[in-house]
Amino acid sequence: MGIFRKGRLSAIIQKIFGKKHAKIGIYGPPNVGKTTLANRILRDWTGDIMGSVSEIPHETRRAKWKKDVRVENGASSLMMDIVDTPGISTKVDFKEFMNTWGLTKEEAKKRAKEATEGVIESIKWLEDIDGVLLVMDSTQDPFTQVNVTILGNLEARNLPVLIAANKIDMEDSSPATLKSAFPQHPVVPISALTGYNSDTLYSTMIKHFGKKRKKKWR
Amino acid sequence: MTKKDSDIAFNLISRQKINGLTSEEKLNFIIKEVKNGKILVLEQGLTPIEQTSLIERTMKEIEQDTFIGVEMEGYGEDTPTFLQKLFGMAKRPRMTLIGPANLLKMIKKDNDMIQTKIISGSGAK
Repeated sequence: MGIFRKGRLSAIIQKIFGKKHAKIGIYGPPNVGKTTLANRILRDWTGDIMGSVSEIPHETRRAKWKKDVRVENGASSLMMDIVDTPGISTKVDFKEFMNTWGLTKEEAKKRAKEATEGVIESIKWLEDIDGVLLVMDSTQDPFTQVNVTILGNLEARNLPVLIAANKIDMEDSSPATLKSAFPQHPVVPISALTGYNSDTLYSTMIKHFGKKRKKKWR
Repeated sequence: MTKKDSDIAFNLISRQKINGLTSEEKLNFIIKEVKNGKILVLEQGLTPIEQTSLIERTMKEIEQDTFIGVEMEGYGEDTPTFLQKLFGMAKRPRMTLIGPANLLKMIKKDNDMIQTKIISGSGAK
């Protein structure tokens, strides 16, 4: 009888049909909370953190990754390599770092140059991952070209994508808008900062990224 | 009559022109025009893979004092019907607006409308 217990059965199904190891990229535009989420995942499952966070855009300018992070949910689990990628944008203006964030001209130009290199690195990583945790800011308009481009790219490659609707601790957040904007993908409302709804995120990650899929080669 | 510095040039690019180019040629064409301060309206936009390549190319082309990147806005792809799929029709990109980021700014976008504004004073060279 024990074999039919819910946890046991899902573990057996996962063993037969599922993946055991997946390389997951955390993607999104700058300042949506990618590194905060990466830190949350690592703190919860390894006790470590990925990197520093800042309110100034493009804080993460080199991809960072942590190997062999085992995320568990009952009897199911998935071993993941987590890649925290620099924010993707279509423009980088050093003057914004000076005028909005008070950086010196030299600091701003250095940050802008590193940010452009970071975007290129993020795009290169798309060739080498098994799935994407796409982080969106649930207080912002979801139809940005970066979001649409990343999603279209992943769909063309047949890579699984899970949307983390972040910052739901903020008063003006609207995860429902994200859900209705991208109904073809699972959307999990979370607060990477407070940890709200992390359990749902982890169980959805195991379920969604644990499936075996055929990659489209381009 | 001399051309003013603040003149803004819009180029409407036909589907035929875009379809006649390889992906690499499309990117070269777009980058060249946009770096010259032109706003392009592509009757048929780029595929998601081409859009990603355009972002990558743009980052390589950024010159901090003269070219800060692009503003690109388009609608999602047209999904073919069951019958069209049977005859081998793939998803097709729809109209897309691309311009220099110091000149073109997106205000609002939803499934039915893309609203942009032109930042004056940085027109076509």
